[in-house]
Amino acid sequence: MSTLTIDGQSVEIGNEQNLLELVRKAGINLPTFCYHSDLSIYGACRMCMVEDQKLGLVAACSTPPTPGMVVRTNTDRTRKIRRMILELLLANHDRDCTTCERSGRCKLQTLAQEQGIDRARFGVREVVVPVDAASPSVIRNPNKCILCGDCVRMCREIQGVGVLDFAFRGSQTVVGPAFGKPLTEVDCINCGQCIAVCPTAALTVKREIEQVWKALNDPKKTVIVQVAPAVRIALTEEFGGKPGQISTGKMAAGLRRLGFAKVFDTVFTADLTAVEETNEFVGRLTSGERLPQFTSCCPGWVKFCEQFYPELLPNLSSCKSPQQMLGSIAKRFYASELGVAPEDLFVVSVMPCAAKKFEAQRPEFTYDGTREVDAVISTTELAQFFKQDGIIFDQLEEEAFDQPFGLVSGAGVIFGVSGGVTEAAVRTAAGMLGVNPGQVEYNELRGPEGVRSARVKLGDLEVRLAIVSGLANTVKLIEAIKAGTESYDLIEVMACPSGCIGGGGQPYPNDREARRLREAGIFRVDRISQFRNPLDNLAVQKVYEQWLDGHGSHTCHDALHTNYSPRRRIDGKEIRVTLAPLEKPIEVSVCVGTGCYLRGAYDVLAKFHELSERDDVSGYVNLKATFCLEKCDQGVNIKVGDRIISGVSSANAEEVFDREVAAQLVK
Amino acid sequence: MNERSFPKINQIIDIWERKVSNLIPILQEVQKEYRYLPEEVLTYVATALGMPLATVFGVATFYAQFSLEPKGKYIVKICDGTACHVRGSEVVDYIIRKKLDLSEGQDTTDDLSFTVERVACIGCCGLAPVITINDQEVYGQLTTEAAEIVVEDLLKRNAAGEVH
Repeated sequence: MSTLTIDGQSVEIGNEQNLLELVRKAGINLPTFCYHSDLSIYGACRMCMVEDQKLGLVAACSTPPTPGMVVRTNTDRTRKIRRMILELLLANHDRDCTTCERSGRCKLQTLAQEQGIDRARFGVREVVVPVDAASPSVIRNPNKCILCGDCVRMCREIQGVGVLDFAFRGSQTVVGPAFGKPLTEVDCINCGQCIAVCPTAALTVKREIEQVWKALNDPKKTVIVQVAPAVRIALTEEFGGKPGQISTGKMAAGLRRLGFAKVFDTVFTADLTAVEETNEFVGRLTSGERLPQFTSCCPGWVKFCEQFYPELLPNLSSCKSPQQMLGSIAKRFYASELGVAPEDLFVVSVMPCAAKKFEAQRPEFTYDGTREVDAVISTTELAQFFKQDGIIFDQLEEEAFDQPFGLVSGAGVIFGVSGGVTEAAVRTAAGMLGVNPGQVEYNELRGPEGVRSARVKLGDLEVRLAIVSGLANTVKLIEAIKAGTESYDLIEVMACPSGCIGGGGQPYPNDREARRLREAGIFRVDRISQFRNPLDNLAVQKVYEQWLDGHGSHTCHDALHTNYSPRRRIDGKEIRVTLAPLEKPIEVSVCVGTGCYLRGAYDVLAKFHELSERDDVSGYVNLKATFCLEKCDQGVNIKVGDRIISGVSSANAEEVFDREVAAQLVK
Repeated sequence: MNERSFPKINQIIDIWERKVSNLIPILQEVQKEYRYLPEEVLTYVATALGMPLATVFGVATFYAQFSLEPKGKYIVKICDGTACHVRGSEVVDYIIRKKLDLSEGQDTTDDLSFTVERVACIGCCGLAPVITINDQEVYGQLTTEAAEIVVEDLLKRNAAGEVH
């Protein structure tokens, strides 16, 4: 058995990859900014410096443990180093703590206090750079960035996106998107996982509280609210509670106190989604078309798919997400029942998510000229709402949700964890097919891993299910399916690791331990639910009869379904290839975005370049390479004048050129 | 801008086997073609290598050898190492910028003909103060008059359309 000594204690070396994990195992809380067990080791912050008898000063996070080491974590030198690092970080940090939304939960502030930094020796930050507030979901304030790189690694390693990286050098170093662009002009999917790992307020959720107050104070508006499943087991963390505590009743009571006319449960439409999506899935299984079916309730995943896998868009479930289903039904049907015009019904949703803010603003989700969901606030914003209104959360008496969107099943609740949508679909399918009587829970679908798969028997039918969270995991799974090494019928994708309970709008710390406890909370809510199967939800049945003209109707399709289309990843300028010297040239662009590039766009471009020098057209063609004509699933795409022509290849390039370009010149 | 440069980019990327690990030589050769790294070309390189644009941007901004601003046809490097500095490189710098009609903070002329750069040490302190043109012509022991003559000569060569 190999051991080493930490502060006089003998500690056994297990599977730990680095000294830091061992130090923490020994019960010593070594401070860090840049260390996260799920991310690669960066070793930048130097807060975890320890003294080894032989090696001297080393960073614990990037030192492998070896038997016989004698390590001390708290010496005069390490204390001095930690204090100096903090002082230097503070000197370069926008220290407006009193007005900072992370105040009280900021790692920099906490560590500075713990290490006893009582004054800022090195002056104040003089440079002020602009804040990027363009995104509907994430606000980036570089003035508060301490360059730990956690967001960079999260975005690239866990989410497989990589919109953030370090740029420039030395004292000029910044973390941000390429060319200093706003997040709206790069391929950010709005998941907010960068917020979950940011130790300061350099990355925060965009707030919408003021819009909601304005609506609440507007006598013309009837303001209703819906709350997502993952909010009820995280909200108390903002009031000093532990992750996983169930606060459904107090939350509903508090929302009513705030002045919402009706307090509804998004779990209701999660039940509805489960029914619709299972219907769709059973239909696809029967016809064998558009399989595997991918879930579409996660707006981060949907945008990712639109940008990176447009060819899979037909495989996405056409169901709107639970948030949008509630908004849609409320505006289409419930408003007239109340006698309110759709534009005077203001729908607010409370979500654990940053991307839901983006989803609610999508043009697809409008009805009669108004948004289906008018404002989205995060779990942390809801807590602030209560505080602003002087509500003492602990003292609230529990109340229930309002009808007709208040009766729910446990299957809708577990939408909040990774695997929950699948389990809800399996429960629903079992009910529809009349199989697996008495079985409610499907433990084979649960677990902490980022990628899980299971085969579930539904009578004679065996369905192959995959559950994935984190988009880098999703990329791996999709590539395996494309390579033919894996095959599934239904795939649930959640952008955030562990699902919505770890969403970008959840309280801080939003780490692995908090997520584990919140997951347990969600399953507890499921277990104590009266109904466990969405088919048993009488209120859902009533909505089908009263408003939706039954299952599979045209109304149903119109209100509850949508479709998505390929989306441009980057706002890039065109690259000029030839410049026609003559007047009135023909503008020809060839798309060289990722989708078209992989389909051989460059060969088409080279061919066009050659053809544009042919005698009959020479001097009349302005040839350009462009980034994305948003028809990525039909590439290679070209644009002649205002017309987009799809399906061009090097084989038909000459034919297309003659027909579309050369023929115009003859005219 | 040089319209004919783009078709060459793919050759460069292919020579370097489309490998992410060859990003720096790829950027060096692309910069040779365009005399700087245009945003849209970096976007294309990132697409071709299948890597995040933010990372390509990070590399391009980390190294001083890369420029994201267009550079002139003639690059005038003015040495400002210790020896050149004490022997009057600042005056030389002032004269050259004035002759080229560069305003404060501007390094490249509006017609993209000339770029003036201050560099640390060229390595021939015995010739201080020294300047180089396109890393090929070296002018040493410059006086203000000599600097003026060098620039006037350059302007003439540029007007005559000499391609360097």
